[in-house]
Amino acid sequence: MRIVVARRVSQGFFLLLFVWFCLVATVGGGFLQLRGWPINWLLSLDPLTALGTMLATHTLYAPLLWGLGVLALTFFIGRFFCGFACPLGTLNQMTGWLARLGRAAKDRAEDNHPGRAQAVKYALLAFFLGCAALGGLQTGLLDPLPLVFRSVNLALLPLADPGVGVVHDAPRHYEGVWWIGLMFLAILALNAVRPRFFCRFICPLGALFGLAARVAPWRIGKATDKTCGDCRLCESHCEGGCRPSGTLVVSECLLCCNCLDRCPSGRIGFAGRASAAGETALPDFSRRGAVTLLAAGAAGAMSAPLWRVEDAAGLGRSPSLIRPPGSLDEERFLARCIRCGQCLRVCPSNIIQPSVTTAGLIGLWTPILNYRLGRSGCQPNCIACGQVCPTAAIRPLTLQEKLGQGDHAAAGPLRLGTAFVDRTRCLPWAMGRPCIVCQEVCPVSPKAIFVREVFEPVRGGRLPLAGVRGSTLALARPLAVSGNAASGDYYVRLLGAPEANPVRLVGGGGAELALAAALPGAASGREVEVLIHLMQPHVDPARCVGCGMCEHECPVSGLRAIRVTSENESRSGPGRMLA
Amino acid sequence: MTLSQKPGVPGDGSSPDSSGRPADLDRRQFLRRLAGASILAVAAGGLGAALYDPKGPAGVAGGKVLAGLGDFRAAPPPAGQPRLATVHGADRRAMFALGVKALGGMEAFVSRGDVVLLKVNAAFASPAILGATTHPDLLAAAVEACRAAGAARVVVTDNPINSPESCFEVSGLAGAARSCGATILLPRPALFSPLTLPGGRLLTDWPVLAGAFAGVTKVIALSPVKDHQRAGASMSLKNFYGLLGGRRNIFHQDINGVIAELGQLLRPTLVVLDGVSAMMANGPTGGSLADLKATNTMIFSADPVAADTLGVALLGRTPVDLPYLALAQAAGVGTMDVASLAPVTLSLDKAAG
Repeated sequence: MRIVVARRVSQGFFLLLFVWFCLVATVGGGFLQLRGWPINWLLSLDPLTALGTMLATHTLYAPLLWGLGVLALTFFIGRFFCGFACPLGTLNQMTGWLARLGRAAKDRAEDNHPGRAQAVKYALLAFFLGCAALGGLQTGLLDPLPLVFRSVNLALLPLADPGVGVVHDAPRHYEGVWWIGLMFLAILALNAVRPRFFCRFICPLGALFGLAARVAPWRIGKATDKTCGDCRLCESHCEGGCRPSGTLVVSECLLCCNCLDRCPSGRIGFAGRASAAGETALPDFSRRGAVTLLAAGAAGAMSAPLWRVEDAAGLGRSPSLIRPPGSLDEERFLARCIRCGQCLRVCPSNIIQPSVTTAGLIGLWTPILNYRLGRSGCQPNCIACGQVCPTAAIRPLTLQEKLGQGDHAAAGPLRLGTAFVDRTRCLPWAMGRPCIVCQEVCPVSPKAIFVREVFEPVRGGRLPLAGVRGSTLALARPLAVSGNAASGDYYVRLLGAPEANPVRLVGGGGAELALAAALPGAASGREVEVLIHLMQPHVDPARCVGCGMCEHECPVSGLRAIRVTSENESRSGPGRMLA
Repeated sequence: MTLSQKPGVPGDGSSPDSSGRPADLDRRQFLRRLAGASILAVAAGGLGAALYDPKGPAGVAGGKVLAGLGDFRAAPPPAGQPRLATVHGADRRAMFALGVKALGGMEAFVSRGDVVLLKVNAAFASPAILGATTHPDLLAAAVEACRAAGAARVVVTDNPINSPESCFEVSGLAGAARSCGATILLPRPALFSPLTLPGGRLLTDWPVLAGAFAGVTKVIALSPVKDHQRAGASMSLKNFYGLLGGRRNIFHQDINGVIAELGQLLRPTLVVLDGVSAMMANGPTGGSLADLKATNTMIFSADPVAADTLGVALLGRTPVDLPYLALAQAAGVGTMDVASLAPVTLSLDKAAG
């Protein structure tokens, strides 16, 4: 088998695997659902994630050991991951190939001439590693694996849901996903400018592989320098822009093996020696380039303290910054989250959302909870997000730990925040209308939301009696209430008898009121007042876990009348609200 | 085909002829262009006429399509036959068999070839043991009985509060349906249609899960007995809340009114009220075994008002505590006069012994 065929088979395999992992990242036991598929395996293969979290946390989380394996193999044979495995690389290669169908070999060769801009990705790598070293892991913004998972899962798959229901029956929504989708489209479109534009100029993971590849003992190169006809056919299909016809730029070779396949005289091969036509380890750095590289690293290292000055993660942070259950405290969370979007994708409620501004610039696209969106709040019996987080920024909780049962009974349930009733918007508090949907849906037992019952006079509800027959009152003027008088929520009491028990209205309206029982003391000429029976919700902050069911179900749309903010969240530890 | 693609042809408009002025189109090309232009002009005019809207949009979108979800009641039994059965016991499958038998057997409700819709309560993604959802054993018993009576197809549905997939999986209802050969129908936007109940005050132009009723000939509601702060109790009639879509929570401002209207929305073939264990507090979500009490009762009737009138006693409350019962009775949904249905009470232990 020709090596490019082997490469295409491998790329196809990894691309299909990627699509499969995206499709099945839905909670459930069906074949097309999560069941036990290792949906994070491709993300685990990423040594930049491993290196970034290592710099930020000084530990290597178990699944990321795979990344070291990939790095180790790169030390021996170069950037095989870019050429054979990376799903974004495959998509880039496919779009670049499509954009160049029918282009002359000479033009193609011009496209693939190595340029100084290929050094940009090293500056980006330096920037991201500088960030990570001081605790602000940002690699996920441009690291191709988190990027491609985030883009496809959040921007592409939901397009196929409404009406069609490819993955979900109900449409999925992600805040600000427009930017994520646009960035993905832009990355693909840039392949029309240069083949594998992202891989050559931007990809920080590629830069890391490029640095690792310079020591590779087995590498692509020319067998002899002298006998080559300089037809540049090798360069016309070179994906990396590494100049296989001349002085090879080792770090840029993606191992696409097109040069090897195209060479009419078989002078290019994969061998345990350097290219006979000469090699250079890295793209051409001018002195200015080297300074830029240093400056980028320094800027990255400075940005983390700057974010700390901004205090988007500390006392100054937004009260609506609520992280998924099991999230580490904000500082440690930001040292691990790679914004891959796996937790957003898997959440059955669709309430985990990419932060656009809530978590500050440092937390762009990190997961936050938005209880206004989705199907319901955070389901008590669900721990899916922590199970799929590839870096344990969201810890893999057990159900017992989330609910505070068994061994975790002493610690109590995990709290995401606390619900607050907005008495200026709540129907029973502000409008004199019965409601308490929040109390009903509160999943805590005993409920964190409880009610106090009150009887409040309704507007225009003071009515003179014209006569009394048993439990039926004849009115001197008709009753006008805005609701259903017989709904069981309306009561009648003799005016001036505040201690008397109100009697329930069971029918009427108009000039007659039917009561559930006779009203003691009622007589023609006296006045009655119509009351509405209200149950006003209260939150017990010691019980509230901040799941947001109440906020989601509150019938006051727009700004809800009960809202969860991050107060009292478990992950903040010393930031708790209650003494 | 453009003219410039035929260089050198006489009359080619792109090249001047010997006289120095552009040549005329030849007749065939002129006719061809004329025909093309006419076709496009007629097509544009036709499209405009077809989509012509002389009035502009109405203030509110959405047509008023449905007046109810249907009357699925079976023929009433001969006079004197029981129309309400209460079974005491703890084994839901055996209780179901006994209760249905007392009302004349499943054949009295489901005939050969029927498509049966089972409306369960799957509101929360909560395990069956917590009693917040219809018990999978009851579902399995109902599905098997329907199939034994010759049902062609059995569909199970609900529009729950938590995400539907989770609700059906976690509650065990999906597993029970799969193992008995019933289909779970998850709510999706396309299944909802607007409905206006004739004489309804609350259910006007409101989205309901009408798509689930396509081809359905019988409807059986399987509901647990649960505490409910606002409605007093959540039983058969409150279970129909799961047929509503939209931001249905606004109806809690008049919960008794809406429950009475829910009874008019749909006339079920049979309702089964599962009080083997009743959720005495913290309803309707529950969340703790401490909220449950073994009340060992299951109630069967075609009349949801009668079933709920009896069932509320399991919660230690009286029918007077549920104003919706009187409202539903007044609306003709059913009767609170349980005695008029010739009720029977059976005990599983005695029947077995």
